[in-house]
Amino acid sequence: MKKIESPEESRKLLDKITHDLTRSIVKNDELTRFWFFILIMFIGVGLWGWIIQIDKGLGVTGMRDYVSWGMYIANFVFFVAVSLIGFLLSSALHLLKINWAKPVSRVAEQVAIAGVALAGLIIVMDMGRPDRFLNVFLHGRFASPIIWDVTVVTTYLTISVLLFYIPLIPDLALLRDRMGSEVPKWKMKIYTILALGWKGNAKQYKTVYHAMRVLMLLIIPVGLSIHTVTSWLFAATLRSGWDTTILGPYFVAGAFVAGSAAVIMLMYAYRIRYGLKDYFEDIHFDQMGKLLVFVSLVYLYFNINEFLVPGYKMKSAEGVHLTNLFTGSFSSMFWIVQIVGLILPIILLLLKYFRKPLPIAIISFFVLVSAWFKRYLIVVPTMEHPFLPVQNVPENFQTYSPTSIEIMITLFSFFAALLIITVLAKLFPVITIWEYAEEKGIDKKYLSEKPKN
Amino acid sequence: MENNTRRNFIKKLGASVGAAGVVGGASILSSCNRVETVTGDTIQLLTSSGELVEVDRSMLKPADLPSLSENQKRGREGIPGKSWVMVIDLSKCRNARECMKSCQNHHQLRPEQHHMNVLQMQDAEHTAPYYMPKNCQHCDNPPCTKVCPVNATFKREDGIVLIDNERCIGCRFCVAACPYSARVFNWFEPKDAEKYEGVTYNIEANVPQKKGTISKCLFSADRLREEELPTCVSACPNGVYWFGDRNEDAVTNGTTKETVSFSKLVKDNAAYTLMEELGTKPRVFYLPPKDRAFPFQGEIDEHHA
Repeated sequence: MKKIESPEESRKLLDKITHDLTRSIVKNDELTRFWFFILIMFIGVGLWGWIIQIDKGLGVTGMRDYVSWGMYIANFVFFVAVSLIGFLLSSALHLLKINWAKPVSRVAEQVAIAGVALAGLIIVMDMGRPDRFLNVFLHGRFASPIIWDVTVVTTYLTISVLLFYIPLIPDLALLRDRMGSEVPKWKMKIYTILALGWKGNAKQYKTVYHAMRVLMLLIIPVGLSIHTVTSWLFAATLRSGWDTTILGPYFVAGAFVAGSAAVIMLMYAYRIRYGLKDYFEDIHFDQMGKLLVFVSLVYLYFNINEFLVPGYKMKSAEGVHLTNLFTGSFSSMFWIVQIVGLILPIILLLLKYFRKPLPIAIISFFVLVSAWFKRYLIVVPTMEHPFLPVQNVPENFQTYSPTSIEIMITLFSFFAALLIITVLAKLFPVITIWEYAEEKGIDKKYLSEKPKN
Repeated sequence: MENNTRRNFIKKLGASVGAAGVVGGASILSSCNRVETVTGDTIQLLTSSGELVEVDRSMLKPADLPSLSENQKRGREGIPGKSWVMVIDLSKCRNARECMKSCQNHHQLRPEQHHMNVLQMQDAEHTAPYYMPKNCQHCDNPPCTKVCPVNATFKREDGIVLIDNERCIGCRFCVAACPYSARVFNWFEPKDAEKYEGVTYNIEANVPQKKGTISKCLFSADRLREEELPTCVSACPNGVYWFGDRNEDAVTNGTTKETVSFSKLVKDNAAYTLMEELGTKPRVFYLPPKDRAFPFQGEIDEHHA
């Protein structure tokens, strides 16, 4: 790491960095207000849908006694999956001392917090009796994978919030000291409170480094558990398509694909919207592209194992399920997801051109959408084929199709996740200023200096 | 001023206590009255087996139900010393569906909700089809109770897998776990919800049903406590069902009331359990559908897995 010796140069560079990285906080134009309006509108509509669902019962969804888990559970798995990227980028790569990942780790943490918070909310929205949610704590049975899931989801959320917050403390102090009339008073108040009286001495930095390291180590087992346990919600049953031992690692690998795609899209949005070309550089997109190829290849490997091996044998019940996926009613969705969400991105991202910001952001969009449908394919087809025949029930019990209420509530979850990400970006810098300044060779002592006005 | 309001309050209190006393006394008097005379005023009632009966109004008295907590406690424990089993003779089933009807009556189910479902089965292309009544198998290694996060479904001492719909959170994990598709969910407000409003919940019959909770066959645990056979068993006109206690090694036919040795019945007729290979250890045994001589009505539903 090069060191900048001259104080003037250091101060000038720090000013520029601070100016650039606080642009997301300061910027408040028409587009910002329009964006908030859109978000809140969709969230409102979704909540209204949930009120209808609570009032009338879960029957307003397309789910019935045979397909009793539908879009909500698929969506839940999707959000848990996306949130896992926080653990990969801001912890695993950090601990491996892979430096390019540093500016990206904040974005990954934003995605992690939003993802896991919404996952928790979606599962409550899927409950027949959300009013009895506390029973999970009052009468919790530790033999049930749901209790494991509740435990790890809440732990992961807590650690992710801490991992977002603790590296932010020096920045909050910096904002407290440097920001003036360009931000409203209430924001300044938040910074002052959250900065916890940070002074920036060596001892405090040591504590922050230490805390970060502990959290990064802690989040590894928790991160792996959260998605493995989510896969066990399925793997713990006897149903064909779910009754497989590979589901844990298969889910984890798939989660990294979805999460990387989400982070790339968000990086691109910040780069364009907040003029952060010099921060989310081409090299970051290039590296994220390589990471996406790598995790996609791992995922492809698990997909081959998951489908080729039972497909080779075609055991009776398993065979019905696989035929339905390969050539049956879910075949077009299945093949589009495999090709657009996995095979094409791998091929394209091997070429340097497609790892440039715009192409990779577009590819990531398709990867993310495919990832959602992939979760749908994991949940629904299996439930449509129970062991015993489906008889003496109305037509709509036999196959599942989501209703408008379900779509409203699912859209709600997307917009609520985006709202969380937007609020985080509007309150706090999207890259930690002090870490970035340090990377550029600015001594820490300049960080705690009050600017001369 | 303050004094005034206090006096007012005491006055009101006195008046209301007095009024309550009068009303209470009158009601005690009137209830004494009612026990002694036959009014001649009759009322029609639907029994749990679905029969309509007429009784004199004076005969009505509140059912002797234990309190909710007491009911839930004994419902969780089961009937001491018993180990219930069911044997379904597939060669006898003629799709009369009396079991389904009486069951839906007993458990206050909607027409599409089946604790007991008579399925049309065809094992292979050239074999004759047959009817297979299918209910909860009351497994000894139940996949459903394992996954319940709140212990709302559980295995009792007497072998019955029961549900507490006062505790169920409606996550439907048990539905996903059950390989027999035995569980039904209350997707909407249950049948006749207004009628049963305020009725104390009876865990052993899982009535009244509640919106957003699970239901399934309970071997009519409430009837077993009164030493009666399950509703479906009694309702069958064709002698399909045998029900009894494995500890006594005796099962009784619901139609003929004949009692035989359970182990002998099972052995002599080569009984089997559904999807034995899954290791769920069902308590419902099937006698193979031999002599499928009766005409099979309707078409075979091709919705097999």
